[in-house]
This record gives sequence, C-alpha cells and structure tokens, in this order.
Amino acid sequence: MLELSNITAGYERGKPVVRDVSLAVSRGEAVGLLGPSGCGKSTLARVAALLHRPDAGTVVLDGTTVTDYRHRAPRALRTTVGVVFQSPRLSADPRLRLRDLIAEPLKATGRRIEIRERVDELARAVGLGGDLLTRSVHEVSDGQLQRACLARALVLRPRLLICDEMTAMLDASTTAALVAAVENYRRETQASLLAVGHDQVLLDRWCDRTVSWDVPPPA
Amino acid sequence: MTAGTLNATLSVRNLSVRFRMRGGRHIAAVTDASFDLAVGECLALVGESGCGKSVLASALLGLLPANAECEGAALLDDGTDLITAGERLLARTVRGRRIGLVPQSPAAHLTPVRTVSSQLSETIRELRPVPRQERRAAAHAAAGRAAFPADHLDRYPHELSGGLAQRAATALALVGDAPLLLADEPTTGLDRALVERTADELRRTVDEGRALLMITHDLAAAARIADRVAVMYAGRIVELADATRFFGEPGPLHPYARGLLDALPERSFQPIPGMPPELGDLPAGCAFAPRCDLADALCGTQPRFDGRVACHHAHTEDPSRA
Repeated sequence: MLELSNITAGYERGKPVVRDVSLAVSRGEAVGLLGPSGCGKSTLARVAALLHRPDAGTVVLDGTTVTDYRHRAPRALRTTVGVVFQSPRLSADPRLRLRDLIAEPLKATGRRIEIRERVDELARAVGLGGDLLTRSVHEVSDGQLQRACLARALVLRPRLLICDEMTAMLDASTTAALVAAVENYRRETQASLLAVGHDQVLLDRWCDRTVSWDVPPPA
Repeated sequence: MTAGTLNATLSVRNLSVRFRMRGGRHIAAVTDASFDLAVGECLALVGESGCGKSVLASALLGLLPANAECEGAALLDDGTDLITAGERLLARTVRGRRIGLVPQSPAAHLTPVRTVSSQLSETIRELRPVPRQERRAAAHAAAGRAAFPADHLDRYPHELSGGLAQRAATALALVGDAPLLLADEPTTGLDRALVERTADELRRTVDEGRALLMITHDLAAAARIADRVAVMYAGRIVELADATRFFGEPGPLHPYARGLLDALPERSFQPIPGMPPELGDLPAGCAFAPRCDLADALCGTQPRFDGRVACHHAHTEDPSRA
C-alpha cells in the first residue's frame, strides 16, 4: 500500500531531518511508528501523506510512484490518504461548523451530493451526537474537535490512514474511543494505517507491528 | 478535609465558576470545588477534556474572561483570596512570584518574535534582583533546571519541537521561585521518556518545598508524581483520593474514575460510552448517570461529596482490606 524507500527530507538545504529511512505498510496492515520528540517522525508522516516533498528517495503509494506533492499531487492519489494531526485546533478552520469541517473534503473534490448521508454516518461512527455538528469549531472541546478531524479524514474513504500523534492531546477514554473508531473503519474497508506516536504501550496495543525510530525501520 | 488545614499553601473552598452567555444562558464550568494543597505535595487534577480543569486554573490566577462569575474562595497561606483579589495585586505579587504557571500550549504562551533566551532574561529581570551582566548566566541556569538544552537558547519558539517549547515554558515558570506551581497539561505532546523527565523535574521542585497543582489527562504522568488525585467530571470534583490507592488497590471509588483507568491501553482499552454532558445543560442529578451502568432512580438527585467521593453507588472497598 505504502512504500517509502531511502527517504531523505528536511526543511533547510543541507540539514535533513529524516535521513535515508525506509518503511513499508502492506494492504490492511497497521504499522506503528515510534520515536522520541523531534526525531523526524512527523516529517516522514508528512512525506507519506504527500504533504512534503522529500529531497531524495521514492514514495510508492498504492502501486503508483509519486512524482508530485502537495497541491500538485493528482487528486486520485491525494484522496487515497487520510491524515489526522496531533493538534485539532491548528488543523481546523475556526470559522467552520463541525458539519462543514467534516464535509470540506467532499466539497473540495466536487462530491457535494454525498454530504448529507456521509457526514451523518461518520458523525455516528466517531461518536459526535446531538447538536454538536451545528457548533462552531471554537464551541467544542479538543476531544470533540479531534473526533470531527478523524471524521474529516475518513470522509473520502481513504485506503491509507495516517494518524500523527492523533491522541497525544486526549484523555484515556477519548483515546480509546477514537482508536476504536479507526479500527471499525479499517475492519469495514481493509484500509491500512500508519500511526505515528511516542506511546509504546498504545501503539503496541493498537497496531500489528511497531517500528522504532532509533533502529533503522526495516523496509 | 476540614476548613483551614494547617500548612495549606492553597485552600480552595466551594469554588464555582459560571460563564454568562448570550440569551441569559449560563455555563457552569466549575461547581463547588474544594481542596487543600500543602507544601511538598502534588495534587493531580484529572478528567476528560472540557470538564472544567483549565477554567479552575485560570480562576486561581485571575485570568478568566469578563463574562465569568466566581463564587467561593481560594486562599493562599497568608489569607490572600485569589478570587476577590484585584488585578493590581495579582499582577504585582501573585503571578510568577507566588504562583508559577506551566501553560497548556507552550507554542501559544511563548512570544513568537523573541528568542527563548531573551524571554528568560526578561522574566528574570522582572522577578529577581539579578545584575544585568549576570542575567545571561541566570537564564542558562534557569534553562538547565527545566532540562532545556543550552545550545537552543537563541532559537525562536517556532524553531522548537513541542517538547522543547514545553521545557522552555517550564523554565519560565520556575524563574520566580514561586511556592505554588500550577501546571496545566505540562506533558501534552511529549514522548514517554520526556514525560517522565518533565514529571520527575516537577516532582523535584515539589520536594524542594513547593506545592504543585497538576492539571492533566495523562494518567501515567499523574501516577508517577502525584501524592493525591482529584477527579473532575462536568465541573465537579467527584473523587479525591490518595494516589497509591487510586492507581493501585483497591482502585478508584467513583464509577467514572474506574472507567477512565480502564480506558488505558495497558488495561482493558475500553472507552466510557457516550460523551461528557454539556456544561451549559447539566442534569439536575448526577452528571455521570447517563453514561453509568450502575445508575438508577437515586441518581436523579445530586450526590453529596463526602470528602472522598460523590456517588450514590461508589465502589465499596473490601472491608477486610480497609
């Protein structure tokens, strides 16, 4: 599903944050990527999500070798991946209502017709009940907002889900609820998962295998 | 827990915070919270996001927005009431000097256009009589106490990882040598090793003769350093317990606290069903009842907090172990 080979990536010329790293996620597999703060695991996740162009190395996503990143990536490839970031506050437009937040990827890809049915279905799946969907982003708690961000990541039915420290800001119960929502989605769709985090206990419990950053990840 | 406990650095008495909203609505963010905190003690305030933990901390520092209404008292050891104290008193004698704040989101707390070193120096200049030429050395020392690497001192906040930004904010909080520290989610976004290091660092400052109120959702960090645990649900403290008993045997008394511990990945990893109630629309009875499998007719009335737990169906300890 995802093959990262000899990826080198960074933000400044000559100062790579990620050096020659390889990682593979097979179809339907859940891989945990474990590493300390600041080791470059989020950068690698951004490369895998086509959000950051690597300086060297190849990314093969769903059998296609990736040549363009960010807005230049072909839509079909971009929508193969769903991403949930660590901080829901920073990844949600504060002016939107949760319903619009979840529906945004559908609007952006010209699939408005699916909005009504899909948003309600996902709201149920991530446990957003009541009038929460009509609330603005600033009117909900971090936990509720992260539920909405997970729904947004799932709305286009991605075949690969990347969770970059999805639960680092959340309490134990919300963490367990979100992981359960991800696993329900994966059971229905056989989607793959790359979960980036620093909590070994959580990743071991959640994923099929956990790759530790300090030993070079096996290809 | 009796009123006026000796040596209490902070005594919170029946503190309630309500926000006035448009249309005459009210949000009851904190209701009737009472606890004491003594020197050399760490109290962990745990609960789900949005349960009122951070509002409680803001109330203690007088940082609530203008539409907040407070009742009750929060007394420092000299009798200063933080709830009724004026802005001038809080700004000149309390914040930074008597209460240090380790903030929830360091990225938002640090000034983005100035280096860490410059922010530390400024804080030192305001709070401590250190001669100008020694300020840089003092900034180094302050950074070292929070395990902030000296070679990153000249960086700007956006150049720091989440963990380093957290440590920079912790270093700022420790500068004024305040006897009471308020840590609002000090370990969010840190990896396990750093959580333990930050927690141990905070514990060390407690053992040096400070009191620490740590607001957190990270139960592992709370288990590591707390002496006592207060569990908050829907704005109320529902359980106040000794940490060893809470995390070990016989475990928490309140069904919500038991559910929270059970949701940990090292335990059964089962979420508590449902979501916390809206603080603007709390039920008349126990706020946890709709999510509780022990709930019955009795739960339609508000359970009284007896100093340990507020629940009609608290987990009963095996009398042979008590």
